[in-house]
Amino acid sequence: MAITSLNFVTQQLLPALITRGILEPTGINTANVTWKSVSFNYLNRTLNLLEIDHRHWLPVIQICKEHQCRFASMWGEEESDAFVITSCFYVAKQYFLLRTYLNDKQNPRIASAANIYYAANRLERHCHDLLGIDFVNSYDWRRWTRHQAWSASEFPLRRDYPLDHVNYTSSTPADSDYPFLTSSNLDLYHIPVGPVHAGIIEPGHFRFHAAGEDIVYLEERLGYLHKGIEKIATTRTAATLLSLAARVSGDGTVAHSWAAAMALENALCLKIPRSASLIRAILCERERVTNHLWDVAALCGDVAFTFGYYQLGRLREMWVRTNAAIFQHRLMMDVIVLGGVKIDLRIEQIASMLKEIKVLEGELKELQSIIEGNSSLNNRLCTTGVLAAAVASELGVLGFVGKASAVDFDVRRDFSYPPYDELNIAVPIAGCGDVAARFMVRWHEIFSSLQILSQLLELLANLDSRAIVVERIGLLPNSKVSGVGIVEGWRGEIITYVSIDEQGNVVRFFPRDPSWFNWLALEKLIYHDIVPDFPVCNKSVNGSYAGCDL
Amino acid sequence: MLKIIKKIFKTGIITADTTVTRRAAVAIGVDCGNDSYSDYEFTLLGNTCHQLIQANFGGSFAIRHVDAGSCNGCELGLHALNNVFYNLERFGVHFVASPRHADALLVTGVVARHMEAALRITYINTPQPKLVIAVGNCAVSGGEFGENYASCGQVSNVIPVDLNIHGCPPTPHALLTGITRLLKGRI
Repeated sequence: MAITSLNFVTQQLLPALITRGILEPTGINTANVTWKSVSFNYLNRTLNLLEIDHRHWLPVIQICKEHQCRFASMWGEEESDAFVITSCFYVAKQYFLLRTYLNDKQNPRIASAANIYYAANRLERHCHDLLGIDFVNSYDWRRWTRHQAWSASEFPLRRDYPLDHVNYTSSTPADSDYPFLTSSNLDLYHIPVGPVHAGIIEPGHFRFHAAGEDIVYLEERLGYLHKGIEKIATTRTAATLLSLAARVSGDGTVAHSWAAAMALENALCLKIPRSASLIRAILCERERVTNHLWDVAALCGDVAFTFGYYQLGRLREMWVRTNAAIFQHRLMMDVIVLGGVKIDLRIEQIASMLKEIKVLEGELKELQSIIEGNSSLNNRLCTTGVLAAAVASELGVLGFVGKASAVDFDVRRDFSYPPYDELNIAVPIAGCGDVAARFMVRWHEIFSSLQILSQLLELLANLDSRAIVVERIGLLPNSKVSGVGIVEGWRGEIITYVSIDEQGNVVRFFPRDPSWFNWLALEKLIYHDIVPDFPVCNKSVNGSYAGCDL
Repeated sequence: MLKIIKKIFKTGIITADTTVTRRAAVAIGVDCGNDSYSDYEFTLLGNTCHQLIQANFGGSFAIRHVDAGSCNGCELGLHALNNVFYNLERFGVHFVASPRHADALLVTGVVARHMEAALRITYINTPQPKLVIAVGNCAVSGGEFGENYASCGQVSNVIPVDLNIHGCPPTPHALLTGITRLLKGRI
């Protein structure tokens, strides 16, 4: 029985809110509008968007929490007469959105949801830094995305702030007065690391408080890679947005461009051809396999198991070369376009990919017995960096980080989208939440992806119609439209929101990378581990820096 | 341990060896395509690079990588240079942990304004003689992001650049070609 997103909102949330006197029974088109229900086109169904008065924001979110809703995303927008806050929740195999309007544009304020949903904090701070909305009574009021490129009274995502606003004549100073948590305990010392790190890696700052070798506290500071992507998006059209979306996080280029394309296609009510959705999934699963292979290789490398590092790195390189041969790009960037994909697959390419899957399965089975039996590898990875299931669930952790801590969620299975809605998705789950669990969950996800890929390739080979991109009829909307795209990227659930005006210009673009949640997990799981274990713990989470800094 | 040794021998040597003829290399499965993108060609180019490094850098060329604002795609290409197919270290090129050990800085991405200070400090702390390599379309010419309130744009807007390597991201072949060209120019 198909469960539509209407069920939770109309059958549980609204009755609860009305019972408690938070919302009036008739909220639509009355003089005192306290709520309005809007349908959001989403593939072959609708998402429910509940517009509520900003005074009801916190009580409604509290009820969502009591009903075990997972907080999934939040973003702000500016309209001519109000600021708009939208948040996205997931419960019982459905998503729904809450939206509120802040009409006082001189002083936009709303209650912070962070005391109810801990993970909302960074998204709220990002929203404040870019749009100037005050989230009142938050547990952490410090700037997040803003370092020293703009001042506390400037808000770059606002309409009156130009994209190329350059207010500096000398170089941007370092963010040296950021109020990190400090300790006056003389037994603790602080280790600041970054933004430039020892290896080939993205920049970010980690500040440890350590007692001897034990880490007592870790504070992250990101935002070093902020390039103004959300503002740049306002200069793009629906067609030209995807090259920007593809570069939100280069290692997740397929997943991010798919989420953005899906959001645009939902906004424009475009249905893409079946072969295009099969090819998009083939790209996405290939991206998952190559990234997981590289991650397990690097995890071996971080504990000096160089045999594993080079063997798994070899397997990754072989797959990336196939990407280059078939999709003309090692990372398969820019293959997904609005309305479909750019490249079709020939029958002999499908056959060679099927063979490649068999080869990889054989290689991994050989390596698996070596890896599982290696005692020094077990010694380093087991019981290291434990993320308790309760913490993972409370934070709303996603992807393999969540799955390794018993968070049994995968968008491909639980809120399925074409072509995954035709397939059985095997989701590996572990309970212990240590680095070894995050290693093995990735390992089994590779096998799961290889099975999915085999099925996708067979389906594609047997398909009659080979249209790979939609016929562009009536592409421009009559009015401003918005859409949401939700995909299971290789790191986890991506939720992307786009809004387009009548000329097809992008008004708002917000890609919510899963790392917004998974970075928080790193601060928790490192507690009581030793400093030398930080690299392997960090790699076991492998949050995207660029994907969050935008 | 026995399983590891067995697997090592079963896998064999992946890195292309140009001391054997091309025909012999093909026979043992080395990628020797005629175009310039094969592993055999990569090794030939790398041999040239190695000779230049031995002649002018005492056998070792140290690179400090800095991500000043990349999307992280370029980093994957850099990591690939040290896998068994490309094996950049055999030519004497090493990625080092400190700018003070470096002969060259290799910068990826536009220079995000929030990384500008860190990039400048890294550059200042690299001892002379030093080179700067801008890797990827963003680092070379601003790429997808360009200059804006958050981005200084291409690397040469912030520090002097000696070599540009285009690509989004550049392939390992493009990276080695660029590095070799830079080393040739320094003679």
